[in-house]
Amino acid sequence: MMKLNNFNLRDKGAAIWAGWSRPVRTVFVLIVIVLVGLVPFAPSWGPTSFLNTPITSFENVLVYPVGMFVLMALGLNIVVGKSGLLDLGYIAFFAIGAYSQAILSTLHGWNTWQILPFGIVFAMLSGVLLGLPALRLRGDYLAIITLGFGEIVRIVSLNLSVTGGPNGIAGIPNPPTIFGFEFNLMFPEHFFWLVLAMILLVIWMIRRFTARRPGRAWEAIRQDEDVAALMGVNTLVYKLWSFVIGAAVAGAAGVIYASKVMVISPDMFKFDVSILILACVVFGGIGNIWGVVLGASILAYLPERIRFISDARQVIFGLVLIIMMNLRPDGLLPRKKREKIEAKRTM
Amino acid sequence: MNFSVITTQFWSLALQGLALGLIYSLVSLGYTMVYGVLRLINFANSEVFMLGTFAVLWIEINFLGHPVNAEPLTGFKLVYTLVIALVGSMIACALLGVLVEFVAYRRLRSRGASRLASLISAIGVSIFLMESMRMFTESRPQTAPRLLEKWTFGEIAGANFRIDTMLAIVAPIIIFVILDQFVNRSRLGKAIRAVSMSEENAKLMGIDINRVISLTFLIGGLTTGAAAFLYTTVYENTVFNVGFNMGIAAFTAAVLGGIGNIRGAFYGGLALGMLEQFSSAILGSQWKAVTVFVVLVLILLFKPSGLFGEAVQQTRT
Repeated sequence: MMKLNNFNLRDKGAAIWAGWSRPVRTVFVLIVIVLVGLVPFAPSWGPTSFLNTPITSFENVLVYPVGMFVLMALGLNIVVGKSGLLDLGYIAFFAIGAYSQAILSTLHGWNTWQILPFGIVFAMLSGVLLGLPALRLRGDYLAIITLGFGEIVRIVSLNLSVTGGPNGIAGIPNPPTIFGFEFNLMFPEHFFWLVLAMILLVIWMIRRFTARRPGRAWEAIRQDEDVAALMGVNTLVYKLWSFVIGAAVAGAAGVIYASKVMVISPDMFKFDVSILILACVVFGGIGNIWGVVLGASILAYLPERIRFISDARQVIFGLVLIIMMNLRPDGLLPRKKREKIEAKRTM
Repeated sequence: MNFSVITTQFWSLALQGLALGLIYSLVSLGYTMVYGVLRLINFANSEVFMLGTFAVLWIEINFLGHPVNAEPLTGFKLVYTLVIALVGSMIACALLGVLVEFVAYRRLRSRGASRLASLISAIGVSIFLMESMRMFTESRPQTAPRLLEKWTFGEIAGANFRIDTMLAIVAPIIIFVILDQFVNRSRLGKAIRAVSMSEENAKLMGIDINRVISLTFLIGGLTTGAAAFLYTTVYENTVFNVGFNMGIAAFTAAVLGGIGNIRGAFYGGLALGMLEQFSSAILGSQWKAVTVFVVLVLILLFKPSGLFGEAVQQTRT
């Protein structure tokens, strides 16, 4: 047991990475990207066929839940992991993106690529709207307000006529062909590559932010907000930025999701999904990009893989959460040790 | 929009709001007691409530042999059945609460894990309990037997003083008075207050922290069990996900009153119950949750510590 606790894959990986020269790193990253891009074909290739999901189509599982969960978990990680704000209503921004796509495409005939920036902007605006009052509060008060916001978005979409009420909106068009890639039911792997590209973009963005001023400000706020404010960090502005950037990621995910599934309803944006995404972040290793990616992949994929035991799968899911958190409370791949020293008291 | 209900049905709505609000405040104690000592949201409390309602059903139907469609009871047998169901549900929930603490919190706490890790393991317990009950009941709502004949004492200003509503109002008030006295007067109550002020100093003063924490989960379970009994008696049904909405409402009530504060939970629950009844009568029940949350946001904006709480900045060490 002790061995399991002391072993920190994050630090081991970082040490190996630091030993490599630039070309080696580039080649390694390209190989990994290509391998991940080939995952949709894994079930048809002998040695990896055990990955296949028994009831749902594997390629579709890769897009939703796996890809979407990874994307949203990365977005939520900016809010919860980087700046330490507990957001329990993250799914609301995803819903706003999805409804932007649904309404603008069915009523105004726009295509997905035109809607994408608007979906992101709508999610960001609602992030500002919620964040400006809510981020003045601390900890659990923020949690309950974001929780309330998530429920409000769902209830509003349930009761308005423009969102189709409980039936939702059907007949949302797929994205039009771009760079020769067709997006329709015949090519689920194209959607996966699209989501993969978005994931890579978000990872790149987070890494840039972390190394620069916003990242340092978030880290300071997470460790001790009062000290950060005393040191001259404008805490409200940076908290708002992390909130809004997180919202933008979820909004983009929502737009793509709606154009993939073609029909959305308020049921898809329940509180449980917010919790599940938070679970992905904490399960994988809060604050660490690779941990979050791993955690989200496992937690999104596992219920689909064991779908053959139907009802019992959620029970097992709950058990896995309890056991894993007890064995590795910092997640599968924890953040760097030096970042962790003070985190215990503040989080 | 139907503002005329305020004048025509004021007392009737107020009475229902009072009963609902007091049930909320009992459940919100399960959150607020634990928050007071651990600074953690006890996410599994909603499932403790859910299992409590099923425990009441089991006691009434299987243990005391009172089938769902039987005639309401009278006299001594009625009192005896009600008391056994109440005590049974309280004990079941209290044991479950302590068990939740043991499974989800204790080990993580002893290792100094982050607050979010405990939150996720509590969510794991919550999912496990809810989904097990979903499998067990095959997602079907269960009807509770009618124990009390729903006779009314009388009508005052349009409000029906029904026996079950009165029970749901009187019982929580008694429980709150006892609990308030316990926490403020007894030795163990003093230990709870000491731990909630500063865990480390309390430890230095020779207080067994683990025992105090178990005790708060036990008390939270007891009151949640009482709430489960009152809920099944008044609404006469339950379903595997009954805890979800109850949990959100009770947590909101706890925050509204100032989380970590027992009297705050009482008033927060009352305020929330009233607010829900009036807003659903005026705006329609589908907007109930929205109005509740908007009011919550407004209160927190102007008084960030909740109605009766201390400022969070001060309580957190």
